[in-house]
Amino acid sequence: MPKKELNILLKARKICKSFGNFVANQNIDISIAKGQIHALLGENGAGKSTLVKIFYGVLQPDSGSIEINNQKISITSPNIARKNGIGMVFQHFSLFPALTVAENILIALDNKIKFSEVVNKITKLSKEWELFIDPLKLVSELSVGEKQRVEIIRCLMQNPNLLIMDEPTSVLTPQEIKNLFKILKRLASSGCSILYISHKLEEIIELADKVTILKSGKSIETIDAKKTTTNFLAEKMVGKKITQLKKNIKTNSKNIAFEVKNLNKQKDHEFGISLTNINLQVNYGEILGVAGIAGNGQVELMEILSGEINCKNNDQILLDKLPIGKANINERRKLGIETIPEERTFHATVPNLTLSENTFLTYFFKYSNTKSWITNLLNNPQNSLDESKTIVKNNDVRCPETNPLASQLSGGNLQKFILGRSLANNPKVAIFSQPTWGVDIGAATAIRQKLLDLSQSGKAVILISQDLEEIFELSDKICVINEGFLSEIFDVREITATDVGLLMGGKNRENQKMDPIK
Amino acid sequence: MITFIPRDKVSKNWIIIAPILSIFFTIFFGLLIFTFLGYNPLETLYQIFVSPFSRIDRISDILVKACPLIIIGTGLMLCFKSNVWNIGAEGQFIMGALLAGFIALSFPNIETKFFLLITILAGFVGGALWAFIPAILKTKLNVNEILVSLMLVYVAMLFIDFIVRGPLRDPMSFGFPLSKPYPEGALINKIPFPGIGFLGQLHYGILFVFLLVPVSWIFVNKTLGGFKINVLGSAPQAAKFAGFKRNSITITVLLLSGGLAGVAGVIEVSANIGQLQPEVSFDYGFTAIIVAFLGRLSPVGILFAGIIIATVKLGADNAQMTMGIPKVVTGLFEGILLFFLLTGETLQKYKIKWSEGKK
Repeated sequence: MPKKELNILLKARKICKSFGNFVANQNIDISIAKGQIHALLGENGAGKSTLVKIFYGVLQPDSGSIEINNQKISITSPNIARKNGIGMVFQHFSLFPALTVAENILIALDNKIKFSEVVNKITKLSKEWELFIDPLKLVSELSVGEKQRVEIIRCLMQNPNLLIMDEPTSVLTPQEIKNLFKILKRLASSGCSILYISHKLEEIIELADKVTILKSGKSIETIDAKKTTTNFLAEKMVGKKITQLKKNIKTNSKNIAFEVKNLNKQKDHEFGISLTNINLQVNYGEILGVAGIAGNGQVELMEILSGEINCKNNDQILLDKLPIGKANINERRKLGIETIPEERTFHATVPNLTLSENTFLTYFFKYSNTKSWITNLLNNPQNSLDESKTIVKNNDVRCPETNPLASQLSGGNLQKFILGRSLANNPKVAIFSQPTWGVDIGAATAIRQKLLDLSQSGKAVILISQDLEEIFELSDKICVINEGFLSEIFDVREITATDVGLLMGGKNRENQKMDPIK
Repeated sequence: MITFIPRDKVSKNWIIIAPILSIFFTIFFGLLIFTFLGYNPLETLYQIFVSPFSRIDRISDILVKACPLIIIGTGLMLCFKSNVWNIGAEGQFIMGALLAGFIALSFPNIETKFFLLITILAGFVGGALWAFIPAILKTKLNVNEILVSLMLVYVAMLFIDFIVRGPLRDPMSFGFPLSKPYPEGALINKIPFPGIGFLGQLHYGILFVFLLVPVSWIFVNKTLGGFKINVLGSAPQAAKFAGFKRNSITITVLLLSGGLAGVAGVIEVSANIGQLQPEVSFDYGFTAIIVAFLGRLSPVGILFAGIIIATVKLGADNAQMTMGIPKVVTGLFEGILLFFLLTGETLQKYKIKWSEGKK
């Protein structure tokens, strides 16, 4: 008989879960104390999401036991999880945009109550916890931060003992993050435990009491978050020392490489973003960082910059002062503009094709410039076999076999391949969207170093990223995209993270000028 | 709840064992059904599976029957690979035959066989034009090609019915809805084999299949065009990233598949019928959909799938003629065969997991 631990809310022992041959969780032990903020730290694919989905009843463990308040239970569905006082805010919100806040909360409740009661309760909760929200507003009119509040209130309606938050800050501005932390701390001090999932080290140190580090499906260690450093956590998480980026002093030229002028583009579907009066320019030898929360027009901007969609007027985009707005994506590649879209699979690559076929995907025109019609007719992926081998070799892409399918590579290795494929074309201008998103730290560092090297060798780079740290680490100049508007461009030395955060939240969009920061 | 989990590696043994098991189960359930319905089960199986191969002229009839299926199936393969769902090959078949027939009947005295090149071309154009309607509606107005291509089948059926009852009816046909016979130059002859004579209905049209299979294999595997189709079907966004134009690929595959269905129509009528009549196709356009998928959307696979389906169809005819087994019963048997073949193929790639979790 194990001794009773009164202050432990949830205790999990030897949780195992596999998907096919892939072991997502292996003998994970974790115990969450009452009223504590417990962080779950790990790289992408370390098994964090799997573990919390087991706690919330979305997934069933293969083996292992879960106790709540020293009572062994099996959580076979989210319904049972909620009955046991567990609430969860998912990374991707599950709200109906066409319904109001109160309606969204009403349909998610297990026990049915009257609509007016729901409205009252929401008003009360939102006042009590400073989660300000209008219950009668349509969800489609809310900002991302507000939508998250709706999700939190939805959990609070059930009076949870444990609130699980899956990477809640990945979609928030710095100001919204601050607010969220305040709320979470208050919740914890009122007795509700919080299981907080993140791969951001600073956040965890600021917020959490305890932190459990996961690596490749195993729990490495649980430590006191107040007595540790980001470096220590990072090394534990990655399992090795992290190499620092080498940043040489550069000689920025004043030669404009790439320029966008007065670009407007109506959204082409309901959930798209219209681009409004976009102006940007980037010099040779320079990295221009475009910050912004995902879903603010980055995808639409990328389509236009890459040439997947052409501009209305040829002179809306200039390369070396020559108009190329109407050039299609392959004509732009030939001119030396390389782009990488944010989706690695199904956009930058085709998962069920081999690496050589994926090399052929963006390079096929290289092999058809001969005069022989038979070569042109039989231009096929066989032609790019050598090229793809070179890309794999030069970029340290780790493959399970020679010329594997793109789907066989891990996210980081696939991204290294994609980047290598672009660089092999020796571009003058490189435009990369979210190049390290969802990539492990090792590969992310390698990719960032490649971007720095690229700009130091005199190329122009545009980096579209939602990772503010990355933007500040790499960029020489920074601008911010918000709801399809692009801010003016600032020198990295003249702007702070707070300023950028305000712009990300939509401040001063109309006059496009910075107010003095309060 | 049942979930299909992809296997990490398809074992070589199962590639051989799976089809054998499929055939075994088909035979087992076939025996069961025929017994319960009161037919001699072994005799029935003999008629369906063995009798089509029992004489050399019957084997050649399999090829004749498979010929339109393979030609149409190859065209449909291009559509399905690029995620364009043309299910109106039946209509394109009819319109190809009709346009070619119109040209043939316009030159009643022509004798040279070079004229066949013109009628076959006309068949291609006829089928392609019919497929151009869903193509242009899909690319310009985003109209679903499944509905348009399917509905145009019935338009085509009624149209040919009208033509052979009206404008092109042979005055000497005693009121039957038939056109005049084709001129000599528009007929595809049977192949004479020295010393044997004709082998069943085997005609020169089969040469087109022997040309089409390797050409389509090269197109799919060794050309940029085939690669474009493959990419568009697997990842439309990636096709955009590669600069492939979705609309022009969509139009091209629809024109090609419509054209090939039209050619199949010309060959069928010119070789086996010799004149226009209200019914020129026997569901070839629909059966070819099964052929395309059973052949795993690959040219060589479609060749074999066409032969398998043709065999079973002929076997069903034999069973009906000799034993009086109605078409619906043999149709049921065809269904069982397809079910097990596709199950075997799926289980090669996926394993099944049963979970108690309710949703």
